[in-house]
Amino acid sequence: MRRIQVLLCSGTACQSSGSERVKRALLDALTAHDLLPEVQLVDTGCMGPCELGPVLLVYPEGTFYVKVQPDDAAEIVIEHFLKGRPLRRLLWAEGAPQPHEIPFFARQRKLVLRNCGTIDPEKIEEYIASGGYEALGRAVTSMTPTEVVAAISRSGLRGRGGAGFPTGTKWELVRVAAGVPKYVVCNADEGDPGAFMDRAILEGDPHSILEGMAIAGYAVGASRGYVYIRAEYPLAIQRLEVALAQARKLGVLGQRIFETDFSFDIELRMGAGAFVCGEETALIASIEGRRGEPRPRPPYPATSGLWGKPTLINNVETYANVRHILLDGPEAFASVGTEKSKGTKVFALAGKVRNTGLVEVPMGITLRELVFDIGGGVPTGREFKAVQIGGPSGGCLPSSLLDVPVDYDSLSQHGAIMGSGGVIILDDATCMVNMARFFLQFTADESCGKCVPCRVGTQMMLAILDRIVAGEGKEEDLQRLREIGEMMKNASLCGLGQTAPNPVLSTLRYFPAEYEAHIRDRSCPAGVCPNLVRYRIDPDACRGCDACRRACPTGAAQGTAGAPPYQIVDERCIRCGACFDACPFDAVRKEPR
Amino acid sequence: MISLRIDDTPVQAKPNWTILTAARAAGIRIPTLCHLDALRPVGACRLCLVEIRNWNGRLVPACATPVQEGLDVVADSDRLASLRRTILELLFAERNHICAFCVSNGHCELQDLATELGMDHVTFPYRFPALAVDASHAKFGIDPNRCVLCGRCVRACSEVEGAFTWGFAGRGVHTLIEADLGEPWGQSTTCTGCGKCVQACPTGALFEKGKATAEQVKRPALLAEVTERRPRA
Ligand SMILES: Cc1cc2nc3c(=O)[nH]c(=O)nc-3n(C[C@H](O)[C@H](O)[C@H](O)COP(=O)(O)O)c2cc1C
Ligand code: SF4
Ligand code: SF4
Ligand code: FES
Repeated sequence: MRRIQVLLCSGTACQSSGSERVKRALLDALTAHDLLPEVQLVDTGCMGPCELGPVLLVYPEGTFYVKVQPDDAAEIVIEHFLKGRPLRRLLWAEGAPQPHEIPFFARQRKLVLRNCGTIDPEKIEEYIASGGYEALGRAVTSMTPTEVVAAISRSGLRGRGGAGFPTGTKWELVRVAAGVPKYVVCNADEGDPGAFMDRAILEGDPHSILEGMAIAGYAVGASRGYVYIRAEYPLAIQRLEVALAQARKLGVLGQRIFETDFSFDIELRMGAGAFVCGEETALIASIEGRRGEPRPRPPYPATSGLWGKPTLINNVETYANVRHILLDGPEAFASVGTEKSKGTKVFALAGKVRNTGLVEVPMGITLRELVFDIGGGVPTGREFKAVQIGGPSGGCLPSSLLDVPVDYDSLSQHGAIMGSGGVIILDDATCMVNMARFFLQFTADESCGKCVPCRVGTQMMLAILDRIVAGEGKEEDLQRLREIGEMMKNASLCGLGQTAPNPVLSTLRYFPAEYEAHIRDRSCPAGVCPNLVRYRIDPDACRGCDACRRACPTGAAQGTAGAPPYQIVDERCIRCGACFDACPFDAVRKEPR
Repeated sequence: MISLRIDDTPVQAKPNWTILTAARAAGIRIPTLCHLDALRPVGACRLCLVEIRNWNGRLVPACATPVQEGLDVVADSDRLASLRRTILELLFAERNHICAFCVSNGHCELQDLATELGMDHVTFPYRFPALAVDASHAKFGIDPNRCVLCGRCVRACSEVEGAFTWGFAGRGVHTLIEADLGEPWGQSTTCTGCGKCVQACPTGALFEKGKATAEQVKRPALLAEVTERRPRA
């Protein structure tokens, strides 16, 4: 009899913090205590709280253990599995709360992540036990393609890859498009820095994507699908390959699915990791074996995509929603969310927030709930300053906009975008100019170089920002940034260039004073930009250890060992920060000039 | 036939035409740079951007956008003129376009566009990347400092000559036109020495050796002439 079930997260984040070793240690300890027949270990996909990994969840009680190390395994086995009392020092919180009692989970609403963290992604049986492939079966045996498309349209699902295009409308365009064969493509390029929503779904529930694509194939009249996935996702690729083999073996992919006339199979295509290859026309070029460069639309891929044929391209998370819409009904799906943004959205929380990781929330939740209730707010000692939402093409929203609902239209109205779901929380130690510069550097590096506004425009904006953070900004620079930004938005060929100015334009809009301080006062209010800070030694904290003087390459840090306080002569200081790093007593302060 | 309006003039177009073709047929001039008759449109330079009133004022490249029934196109406006000037300025600032020192001075499409659009000075800082000239080919040379990355050479070489010698390397502002896989042009095993790329090039980036500036007149129309009788897809 299996008395205990242990769900062990084997997502990429937990694997990199050592979940494999924890698993081996647990198996050793279980063997040593002869508990193997009583305890079942299940490798699952990402559970969400990645910062706390490796994590494991013990049922039937629902005890959540965090930051588990291999050395803890024996203790868990003895204390919990043998003696029946949870190991207190590894609990998420005092009192062994169950997941639904932990705020991080309580405010979430898991639909596409439902199976992530609960089933073994490498076992098709577990997927089927959770209702897997039932939606596909229903679609091909008892619905017409038109009915499937109508259900998706009625659900109000919009694309999760960034732009939020109505999915039902897109399917209908491909369904009625002239030309055979047609293709179904899954965009798993996920190039936003810090985003890992799609990776987690592919690693934790790969069959849900295959099923969504097969349903799409039936609806639009395609018999071949491609998953375009970045080669940097080896675990997701491996699990997709396992899933594909299992699905073919059971006949839910391949010839005559569910003994109907519908045949559908899927191939993987690996991308080399260029951000622009996530743009749909560049992605198509890449699959075709050409240089990954966007082309003007129209014609859209729906009428002329892969090899010039009608092609449906959707994002991973979009496909993951499909089976739920058919199983629960489009109305149930549409009951969650706001008027124009239905269902849930997965976000990757990162930056200065207590609970970083992966969360899924109903559309329309406020930024405040996302950042504070679920994310746990900014760690002690610092203040919330802004949230960058939508990745490098997104915008930066200040605390006065924390009550904005997270939906496609509200976010874009305020100069941000839903994007694919990257959320970076910034605290008051962040320089907004420097941050905008960072994102622009990213898009400038990733620009494919095809069109002039993006290729050269990003460089010109970057040159201005470089000047500003170096303390050499001019008054007219701000207007220039706005002009180039507007030009790029309107004139660039693809979404990369059209959205690249967003971080700059949104910080100019919400934090103009910070730009002005850099330019007029030659000062970085957050104390970040190296040229615009001053190092000072706090006389009360200095113990006269001499570490700063020895570290300083220019002799700016001065004093006599044992005779505090030391001093920094600003005229000699080259702002390298060596003293700041060297001081063991945190006596060196970095301040705005 | 398809009916559309360009600058408030009713225009008739064949279904497979682009907005540019329709405009030209109606005698309406739209500036272009990366476009060249006979080569596939790429919509890269963005100088031919026109505004579509009934698409919420969206800007699209005339050279690469198929005509559609009822399109209401603005091909000339203050907004477009200023945008086109900015794009030209960006091109001038990107590499090295000091005309007085160029083999194509007087016969350069970039220079002509600047005159046409009234772009008489550059307000952006020049980048001057100092790229190496490749003069290894017996008949021709390439000076990447004059290149605007329009890709006309690449398309002439692959689509018309079928040699596939030229290609893009690198990305963003570091993009370069390269022969074969970055070999010196003179050592290329695919180049047939036909010179179509040189004729297609709008600037002095690709040039003929042993010709003085005054003789360095190109014949971009050559591409259309040699493909005229070919069956089209
Ligand atoms: C520069 C750029 C990068 C993109 N990267 C991605 C990506 O990584 N994943 C994705 O699904 N969509 C990405 N997109 C959006 C796609 O072009 C496309 O809109 C999307 O895959 C459509 O799927 P959806 O309707 O399901 O959202 C990107 C767009 C641009 C302009
Ligand atoms: S906007 Fe940038 S990424 Fe897109 S086509 Fe132009 S250069 Fe390439
Ligand atoms: S070499 Fe000439 S034709 Fe080729 S991309 Fe450069 S400017 Fe265009
Ligand atoms: S001529 Fe149309 S974009 Fe260059």
